[in-house]
Amino acid sequence: MSAPVVASPEGFELPESQRRVILWMVYLGFAALAIGIINGLGQALNYANIDILKYFPGMRTYYQGLTVHGVVNAIVFTFAFTNGFLALCTSRALARPLSGGLLWAVFVTMVLGTLLAGYAMATGQASVLYTFYPPLQAHWSYYLGLALLVVSTWITAVALFLGVRGWRRDNPGARIPLMAFVSVATYAMWSLASIGIAVSVVGLLLPWSLGLIAYSDPLLSRTLFWFSAHPIVYFWLLPAYVSWYVMIPRQAGGKLFSDPLTRVVFIMFLLLSIPTGFHHQYTDPGISQGMKAIHATLTFGVFFPSLVTAFSIMYALEIGGRARGGRGLLGWFAKLDWRNPALVAQILAMLSFTLGGATGLINASYNLNQAIHNTAWIPGHFHMTVGSAVTMSFMGIAYWLIPYLTRRELVGRGMAVLQSWIYFIGVLVMARGLISGGLDGMPRRTLLMEAPYSKPSWELAGMLTGLGGTLMFIGGVLFFAVLIATILFGKKIEGKQDVPFTETHIAPASSGWELNLDRLRWWFVAAVVLILIAYGPFLVEYLPGNFTSPPYRFF
Amino acid sequence: MSKEHPLSPEKVEKVFLSLAAAMLLVFLLALFYSAYAMGMHLPGRDGEINPTMVRETPPFDEPGLKQIEPGRYEAVFLGMAWAFQPREIRIPAGAEVTFITTATDVIHGFHIEGTRVNLMMIPGQIGRATYTFTEPGEHLIICHEYCGAGHHLMYATVIVE
Repeated sequence: MSAPVVASPEGFELPESQRRVILWMVYLGFAALAIGIINGLGQALNYANIDILKYFPGMRTYYQGLTVHGVVNAIVFTFAFTNGFLALCTSRALARPLSGGLLWAVFVTMVLGTLLAGYAMATGQASVLYTFYPPLQAHWSYYLGLALLVVSTWITAVALFLGVRGWRRDNPGARIPLMAFVSVATYAMWSLASIGIAVSVVGLLLPWSLGLIAYSDPLLSRTLFWFSAHPIVYFWLLPAYVSWYVMIPRQAGGKLFSDPLTRVVFIMFLLLSIPTGFHHQYTDPGISQGMKAIHATLTFGVFFPSLVTAFSIMYALEIGGRARGGRGLLGWFAKLDWRNPALVAQILAMLSFTLGGATGLINASYNLNQAIHNTAWIPGHFHMTVGSAVTMSFMGIAYWLIPYLTRRELVGRGMAVLQSWIYFIGVLVMARGLISGGLDGMPRRTLLMEAPYSKPSWELAGMLTGLGGTLMFIGGVLFFAVLIATILFGKKIEGKQDVPFTETHIAPASSGWELNLDRLRWWFVAAVVLILIAYGPFLVEYLPGNFTSPPYRFF
Repeated sequence: MSKEHPLSPEKVEKVFLSLAAAMLLVFLLALFYSAYAMGMHLPGRDGEINPTMVRETPPFDEPGLKQIEPGRYEAVFLGMAWAFQPREIRIPAGAEVTFITTATDVIHGFHIEGTRVNLMMIPGQIGRATYTFTEPGEHLIICHEYCGAGHHLMYATVIVE
């Protein structure tokens, strides 16, 4: 019954030049993360009334640091890592190289985008945070830089789609290997989702920042932003899911439960990630309650594939733990390989994600959102999703990916395991602080140490936030120590290497209804229809919009 | 491997997924019950305005508290960099207050901590939220959306007497 998730399980060597370009993408991502977590420490300590930002060279305001923190962590780091990682997954799954020219174009576009946005942020001309809501107006290079970063994901998407198309032409009638399917489905979702942000940035904000358009429509731009910025959380998360589905079972000594169920999960993300954006705008006037209720329902729908994922992962881990001698209801969990840093980082990522998911469901909960919207609860929530589930997974992946790409053995496995635990405990302590503060009204994105108002309960919340953030920072520093030591001093690996892909318990069928799962074009059209249902009525009612806001530079 | 399981993984899968779906459905029904049967609403479409002409447009030409009838009030609030207008309102305990809000420049936030009054102040849009303050005490109104270098200075107070 077992089936592989790649086309040629016996092996495939990535061409050297592609190995190099993917390595550079991953380096760019982690370089961004390094800058991001240095700023993150400054943000966390602000909550504990400790000002280290004044020692940061060139840092004028807290909000400038917060902008950098958001952009480099949530956009540059995630995009760069994912562009490289899923290109590798697709190429390995199909056992054929992707277009090398396109992959280098991805890298160059990302570097250009990062430099342009980085210039605007570093010179204090773009302290508008990574949500860049108009009518706060940044320098045009900020919008252009962000646009190029999005374009880099589109070029990656083209490289992936062309790879799959070529493979299908050479293998008529064959099922798409699962590891390629999940990678391509991720990019299909994001290609569609990113249209909102592209229209807003390229069509409205960039010409507005150049003075070609005088006014903006803040509600319309917010809506276009959240059209893309809820699904962006799945674009962050799905590469981690790819690893959890097709690699973690192997690393834990188990198997992936089901090939068809995995495809269904990724199709559900393609369908349901996008028509949910209004749940970020529950407290926005100007959008009807009925539309908000529809998005609430669909958001609960997109929670379902994550619950399916929880099942599949627990299955794989339990099989692995029992094979290693685990007994009883939960004994298998203790028997997992807790000395393998790639596995430990990602198991801890999954644990923090259970809390991240639960708090996310609360955010999505319609009127309940009014209790926590824009309070410190929100960063408490998303540091348990993107800030740990995704970040720790990418760190865990790096523990085999960097050796794979550099052909050097990992240096400091013990420190790598320790690093994960410190980061994990740190994020839980920080989230405990932010969440309790948020429940008592503590706002997010605010220089609280200089605010004229405060509440007694915020003191403990702020101290925990500062403490947890410091632990996360230490965990991050140790990660980079392991990474740099590996790159510089790792023993050369001789001979063949491979990506640690798994086998499946339930194999893909070669006939019957399951073949429809591979018709990504159909599912793409279905996703478009759902978007029209979820956004159409609002746009018909609202357009041509209310373009009456002149620009402001209050930073 | 499957011998160690009392149930086949296929069966466990069905039970797990059914419970997961049921859980989501129950949560959702509870939310819609609270919204539509108990009247805890989100803001909706409550009108548009030209943000450059806010001070000439009623009711925003007269920010502040106004009694509509005994026990019922309207509170008109403006958000601007970096203050609310008015900075303080005083209301008797038990009063039902409808907050009517907009912004004169950039996006601001309007969160009365300890209550479920939580509105974005978006230039061009008029926000409305109704809340009954039952207990005497003080609530901070916090701008919870970043609005520039002085964002953290922006707050107001509701005093329930």
